[in-house]
Amino acid sequence: MQMVTRNRVLLGVAAVGLLATLVVPLWSIGLVAPQYPEGLGMKIWAHQITGDLRSINGLNHYIGMKEIHPEAIPELRLMPMVVMALAALGVLAAVWGRRAGLGIWVGLLLVSALVGLVDFYLWGYDYGHDLDPTAAIKVPGMSYQPPLIGTKKLLNFTAVSLPDIGGWVAFGVLGLAIFLLVNEFRRGRRSPVGSAAAAS
Amino acid sequence: MRTGQGRLMLVALAAGLAGCAPTGGQGGGALVGGDAAGRVYVAPGQLDEFYAFMSGGFSGNLGIYGLPSGRLLQQVPVFSQYPEKGYGYSEETKALLNTSFGFVPWDDSHHPQLSTTNGEHDGRWLFINGNNTPRIARIDLTKFETEEIIELPNSAGGHASPYLTEGTEYVVSATRFSVPTPQADVPIADSKFGGLISFVKVDPQTGHMDLAFQIHMPGYNYDLSRAGKGPSHGWSFFSTYNSEEGKTMLERSASQRDKDFIAAINWKQAEQCVADGKAKTWPARYAHNVRGEDGVARSEIKTSAKVLAPADCPGIAYFLPTPKSPHGADVDPTGEFIVGGGKLATVIPVHSFSKMQKAIADKAIEAEIDGIPVLKYEATIAGEVQDPGLGPLHTEFDGKGFAYTSVFLSSEIVKWSLADFKVVDRVPTYYSIGHLLIPGGDTRKPDGKYVIALNKITKDRYLPTGPELTQSAQLYDITGDKMRLLADFPTAGEPHYAQAILASKIKDRQLRTFALEANKHPQGIKSEKEARVERQGNKVRIYMTAIRSHFMPDNIEGVQVGDSVFFHITNLEQDWDVPHGFAMMGARNGELLIMPGQTLTLTWVPDRPGVFPFYCTDFCSALHQEMQGYIRVSPRGSATKISFNTGS
Repeated sequence: MQMVTRNRVLLGVAAVGLLATLVVPLWSIGLVAPQYPEGLGMKIWAHQITGDLRSINGLNHYIGMKEIHPEAIPELRLMPMVVMALAALGVLAAVWGRRAGLGIWVGLLLVSALVGLVDFYLWGYDYGHDLDPTAAIKVPGMSYQPPLIGTKKLLNFTAVSLPDIGGWVAFGVLGLAIFLLVNEFRRGRRSPVGSAAAAS
Repeated sequence: MRTGQGRLMLVALAAGLAGCAPTGGQGGGALVGGDAAGRVYVAPGQLDEFYAFMSGGFSGNLGIYGLPSGRLLQQVPVFSQYPEKGYGYSEETKALLNTSFGFVPWDDSHHPQLSTTNGEHDGRWLFINGNNTPRIARIDLTKFETEEIIELPNSAGGHASPYLTEGTEYVVSATRFSVPTPQADVPIADSKFGGLISFVKVDPQTGHMDLAFQIHMPGYNYDLSRAGKGPSHGWSFFSTYNSEEGKTMLERSASQRDKDFIAAINWKQAEQCVADGKAKTWPARYAHNVRGEDGVARSEIKTSAKVLAPADCPGIAYFLPTPKSPHGADVDPTGEFIVGGGKLATVIPVHSFSKMQKAIADKAIEAEIDGIPVLKYEATIAGEVQDPGLGPLHTEFDGKGFAYTSVFLSSEIVKWSLADFKVVDRVPTYYSIGHLLIPGGDTRKPDGKYVIALNKITKDRYLPTGPELTQSAQLYDITGDKMRLLADFPTAGEPHYAQAILASKIKDRQLRTFALEANKHPQGIKSEKEARVERQGNKVRIYMTAIRSHFMPDNIEGVQVGDSVFFHITNLEQDWDVPHGFAMMGARNGELLIMPGQTLTLTWVPDRPGVFPFYCTDFCSALHQEMQGYIRVSPRGSATKISFNTGS
């Protein structure tokens, strides 16, 4: 079934807009402690991690956490390719103009987002739990996994994990795509014969 | 005029005043009322509005205070070794204290001067003089560290120093003690001495100093100076005393004449004469010490100076007769008035720059000394402030048409109008005020909110601490018609002079850490992987890192008695406010305090075999107390090889 032109244009915009996530950070983790009133921060991009990594790694050695080395995280090489592929597929779906294309694209977006978040959680879990047994600070039962989203107290630090601009863009694109899909389905139900001609 | 005996009586009178304290003393507290506490209270976590930079006097340091709270924030070592920071002990800073006399690790710092652009403080650098072995230091206000010190040849006591021209073109220093020029082995009493005024060029980008030329003046004592501004830009003014050229018992011999002089120097014209080759090149010896981009200070001994005689360049120097043994020579914000502070005078004379120009054009000259015309007093004077108190010294300005003069003997601040030279207010100080300061009070744009008295004597103002009492500053509100005492605060060392600047011009430009990637220290290392120990003959170089909470390496063997051991320690931290200290047991020179990203070196010569600890002295982390290591020292010639490790 053919999509209305407006929705095809919006789909194209959403697909191209997804590329913005390549140039702005996706996620942000902030750390505040009495000794760090100005806070330490870490920003996760599609292809890199920036911020006070040196300081965070330095502090983490007390609890035996592995150092964070962006070059050792394969996802940072994979993610830009995934984003570009998704953007390309979105544009193709817009050109193709079939509702099925939109449906497939939304599905891919959802799966990517889910896989991404689960992967992020697993990295966090690994960093937070796989601790050097000879570390100076060992608190029985304590792990240091940062929250996926939200706030968590980790010893003297309060960690805040939130989507950054890129994350919000990605959620926005996903939201828009779902809206388009719902809109197309509603339209389909109202005029089962199709209304491409009427809408154009 | 008063004889020496008369002066003693004045001093006695002043002491008497202090003793009876008719308006102050214990009663001083009563003068502080209303909301004074609220005006100086800076609540916990809040920041002061101004930085004040106070000379540390004979401590050789520079004190950094916050205003209006009067809280001491930091001491910056300048001319003196300072164990807390390893200053003058570390191999990187030792050379800053070199002079033509060798290593002189102390001095008497008097006058801080903030760099100016268009006659306003720009917050880039601070210059301060060493009065003893005449030197000028430059402090970088992004780091609050001494970066450069230049010695001044042919001079003896840089007191009229280091005064800046309006755009920081030159930092200027005149000698307090005249001496044989050039130096020579001559009888003291019968010889003619000379006084040199040094013009040190300041590089507008780097701040680096370079002695451009010296002007050979008569053998008086040169006391204080200010440069012209606005219409008087291009001129500098110097107070002189002992125009009697006394060599002994100066308290009497230098106090005989009714008038001494303010010397007006046309430095722009002097610059031109030097460019035209009218200066002579004298042999000289002076040290120029600069801390390089690698953080290492290096010393160079320079061997000549260009000296210009006023007779060879007519028009560069005039004398303005000024009563009597003047201290201050202060230029108002418009650049028109030059205020003399005759410490034995009964009036405050105010010279006019435009009248001076006219007097020069009209040749209103009463005498000539060594090729320097003496202008007629009446021809340059704009007015005299009557009844200014006893012993006026130094004047600053509020930018609202008023001048504030410190008065030593009667121990007060006198406020007077620049419109009619009439005294409008006076307040006592506790006690014996020397200089005073208004933030920006010597610039074109003063922040006329406070005046601070810098006092020589405190007597009953603080809890006593044995024979030696603290020196002090007093903060007065000057926003209303009447000056109002708000607070006293003690100062470390004698605050001869001080300057203050709005915190906003300094605080946002602070360096927080030295970038490790940009560390160019010849023995600096950037990671623990590079940490190592190398023997070169009887020198042992330890390339060590410090990061919370360990040194790398921290177990070292193979050092022998009598080796010169160099600890080259790089602080790998890149977090603000995480310095590491380094202390070696039995080190006979000092300790280190290493800023994040910085490399410093301590030299240690072990004198006995054994195992000796070293540790971090600056509480850096929860495991600071664990931040330590050992060095094994073997007898000379031992077979123990150099080895090292951390954590294995």
